[in-house]
Amino acid sequence: MYTEKVMDHFQHPRNVGEIENASGVGTVGNAKCGDIMRIYLDIDENQIIRDVKFKTFGCGAAVATSSMATELVKGKNIQEAMQVTNKAVMEALDGLPPVKVHCSLLAEEAIHAALWDYAEKNGIKIEGLEKPKSDIHEGEEEEEEDY
Amino acid sequence: MEKMIYLDNAATTRTAPEVVNAMLPYFTEHYGNPSSIYGFAAANKEVVSKQRERIAEVLGAKANEIYFTAGGTESDNWALIATAEAYEGKGKHIITSKIEHHAILHTCEYLEKRGYEVTYLDVDENGLVDPADVEKAIREDTILVSIMYANNEIGSIQPIREIGEITHRHGVLFHTDAVQAFCQVPINVDECHIDMLSASGHKLNGPKGIGFLYIRKGVKIRSFIHGGAQERKRRAGTENVPGIVGLGKAVELASGSMAERAEKERELRDYLISRIEKEIPYCRLNGDREKRLPNNVNFSFRFIEGESMLIMLDMKGICASSGSACTSGSLDPSHVLLAIGLPHEIAHGSLRMTLGADTSKEDLDYVVEQLKEIIEQLRGMSPLYEDFVKKQK
Repeated sequence: MYTEKVMDHFQHPRNVGEIENASGVGTVGNAKCGDIMRIYLDIDENQIIRDVKFKTFGCGAAVATSSMATELVKGKNIQEAMQVTNKAVMEALDGLPPVKVHCSLLAEEAIHAALWDYAEKNGIKIEGLEKPKSDIHEGEEEEEEDY
Repeated sequence: MEKMIYLDNAATTRTAPEVVNAMLPYFTEHYGNPSSIYGFAAANKEVVSKQRERIAEVLGAKANEIYFTAGGTESDNWALIATAEAYEGKGKHIITSKIEHHAILHTCEYLEKRGYEVTYLDVDENGLVDPADVEKAIREDTILVSIMYANNEIGSIQPIREIGEITHRHGVLFHTDAVQAFCQVPINVDECHIDMLSASGHKLNGPKGIGFLYIRKGVKIRSFIHGGAQERKRRAGTENVPGIVGLGKAVELASGSMAERAEKERELRDYLISRIEKEIPYCRLNGDREKRLPNNVNFSFRFIEGESMLIMLDMKGICASSGSACTSGSLDPSHVLLAIGLPHEIAHGSLRMTLGADTSKEDLDYVVEQLKEIIEQLRGMSPLYEDFVKKQK
């Protein structure tokens, strides 16, 4: 069901861990739905993401998208990091099964949440960045009518 | 992968070689339609009757009370929908539990949309229905109580005899989904006052696509599949003769070995449970410790998610299942785990391992060792565990 890339990032997740005194930390998702992602960013004075770590509670796709998202933002400046969308994460993983697309949204949200935290701490504004929702599943209703 | 350890026998089982051998001639030599007149085909009518007798004997029923179906799901659908229609003159109220299989729950939802009222009984923290709750829920217009014999996820064995006595006393029909329990635990339909019972072949080392519904004589239940006069005009369609022969053989084998197998499985089950409880912190056994299917082990491991665990176990050659949302295809974890009161995040971290006749102690030792590593690894990347550890300090 998963691509080789997804399996690779699930089995060998990159950048797992924590950063002490991180420049920004973002946690999104909720345990109720079975996935929580936390991203730690270490950003230098030139607004370059020097290091990034993650922790994820979730399925194989959730772990793989977190891992890939951290790879995609590492070494980038914050504007470039803003371009790392869920689509970019999915493409980099050679796709996700339809039921797992929300996992890639979570990865994008986690990065944005960490950037928001960084921006708030430093009193700056990042172009295009909105305050993250506390729960990515808010307002999301997936009810299919059968019979 | 060197070896596969299959611990998902509640999902399906390997068809026993004896069963396959018994079935084979009915594809190639004895392929006749049992309804035909000429001898070679008509002989199959006898063969089908023989399997019926064999199954009836195990349940303490009569042969003409066994109706072959395409499996447990069809049996459940038939039992509920056809009874509902046949007895709607008496009332439109049905009682079931919150931990039934979807074959029951979704059929109940279907009936609700058609004007029936369904009471879904709660279960306790071990997944058991209280017979007193059944009695309290019975009304004038109650036509059917359907409570599963044993739960497919957490293995809890329901007080079927007590429930049967209550329904019998109140003159309400009693159906039980015994897909997991049949040939795992002894069942007698008279002693338990069971009016209808669903079972399936592939859970007991028989073939897939075949099962039966036991219908007590006198229960006026309508035909569900319309057409020819097969199955006493109650279930049309040319008999699945190879399937029926396979089911009969599987029942013969499984009922014959039941006592011995159950004893062995129970011992291994308790060994696995005790090793996990001793060696893996922050876990919880789901389901009743005593009133439990001999082959069922179900744990929740805090701070981690089930699908991740399953993929990692698979990479180690271990097949198991989980009640996490990611394995159910929705955002919610298993309704059974929620019904026993588990919070969502703990329900997501559940793991079901169901043993089979050929599971060995060595297999389980290997599983525990792998499980310890996997859980440690997943907790190492879990933000929930991180928060928990920080709070402890």
